[in-house]
Amino acid sequence: MLTKRIISCLDIKDGRTVKGINFVDLRDAGDPVELGKRYADEGADELVFLDITATHENRKTLIELVNRISLNLNIPFTVGGGISSVADVSALLNAGADKISINSAAVRHPELVSEIAARFGSQCVVVAVDAKKTNGIWKVYLNGGRIETELHLEDWVKQLEKLGAGEILFTSMNHDGTKNGFACEELSRISEMISIPLIASGGAGKPEHFLEAFSIGKADAALAASVFHFKEIEIKNLKKYLAQNQIPVRL
Amino acid sequence: MIAIIDYNAGNIQSVRFALNRLGIEPVLTNDEEQLQKADKVIFPGVGEAGTAMSFLKSKNLHQVIPELSQPVLGICLGLQLMCRHSEESNTDCLNIFPLNVKKFSGGMKIPHIGWNTIYNLKSPLFKGCSENNYVYYVHSYFAETEKNTIAETDYINKFSAALQKNNFYAVQFHPEKSSSVGEQILKNFLAL
Repeated sequence: MLTKRIISCLDIKDGRTVKGINFVDLRDAGDPVELGKRYADEGADELVFLDITATHENRKTLIELVNRISLNLNIPFTVGGGISSVADVSALLNAGADKISINSAAVRHPELVSEIAARFGSQCVVVAVDAKKTNGIWKVYLNGGRIETELHLEDWVKQLEKLGAGEILFTSMNHDGTKNGFACEELSRISEMISIPLIASGGAGKPEHFLEAFSIGKADAALAASVFHFKEIEIKNLKKYLAQNQIPVRL
Repeated sequence: MIAIIDYNAGNIQSVRFALNRLGIEPVLTNDEEQLQKADKVIFPGVGEAGTAMSFLKSKNLHQVIPELSQPVLGICLGLQLMCRHSEESNTDCLNIFPLNVKKFSGGMKIPHIGWNTIYNLKSPLFKGCSENNYVYYVHSYFAETEKNTIAETDYINKFSAALQKNNFYAVQFHPEKSSSVGEQILKNFLAL
């Protein structure tokens, strides 16, 4: 049976992990490779490396890092941050990334999603969608939530599927950082609307929240960063908890 | 010498790195002679069947691959190309396994992405693996089960997780991304 996936997200700045506090037992908690391996050993099903600086000058550092991650990691990983062209995607995939994640560039140039899918296959195209609900309406935001667009979340997600996106990574800005749970109601609506996998993001605080994302939100995968990074939730324990609650997971 | 067939498809680096982790530096090649000389040949691939077959034909590899006599391991698209025909772009393939590759349809998310179990394991390829071990999948097309099936997986319907006929082995999942289980399978192939 296909399992629900737990995805750990690592923020990368200048080729280094933005540090967690509780990884004193790692030789170098700033090394994305070492931290990534650690998550893989703990049972993470996939990793996302998000380059939060994503400047042009840092591109070479990122490519070298992706190469090192791929050489050392035996589970799939996605790389995101600052991707705006087919050439960017090509460089990351050639360095060994399994998937890439695009966000703002997809809104600015929707045809980019189709171009990447046609060239490398839909399976490697994760489109990240940041959205916020205001007065009952979900709108898509850009640049880490700083710029509001005119796009309605559900229309955009449907369009992305048509354009050839392989997966949708939906972050609710209303929930992100709150640790009060994922946007389960909206997740469920989106999940039933599309026939490609949906990754829930934003709001994880307790194991129960992951259970809700799968059972109520009907998400195919759930992503979190800080709760794993600061060891508030151990992935091994989280997966045991989900299995006890009839969610199929890889143990 | 371990050769990886280099035909412009995705995930070749990932397969190469997986072998590196096992202490092996493979040769990436689409040269007829080098492939024939290799001790083992890995035929990976993520991509589109029609484009991939055209490339193989342009290098005469559609003739060379089915004639290889050393152990060959197809991965993902590699497995599909080793079948008779694929629905993807209505493509005639290498016909090593007498199977038609079909697209998943019916009620569930496509592509089939993520970790799923393999069962009915029947080959030295799975030595040291257990029934219902988890492996990582990313695909929208599948080969049905038949007499050459050496492992099965269920998603929408039952399909061939792995096939074997004489020296030809093929897996639909990605051993290079399947954690320790995948490493064991690659080791088993290398030990054949």
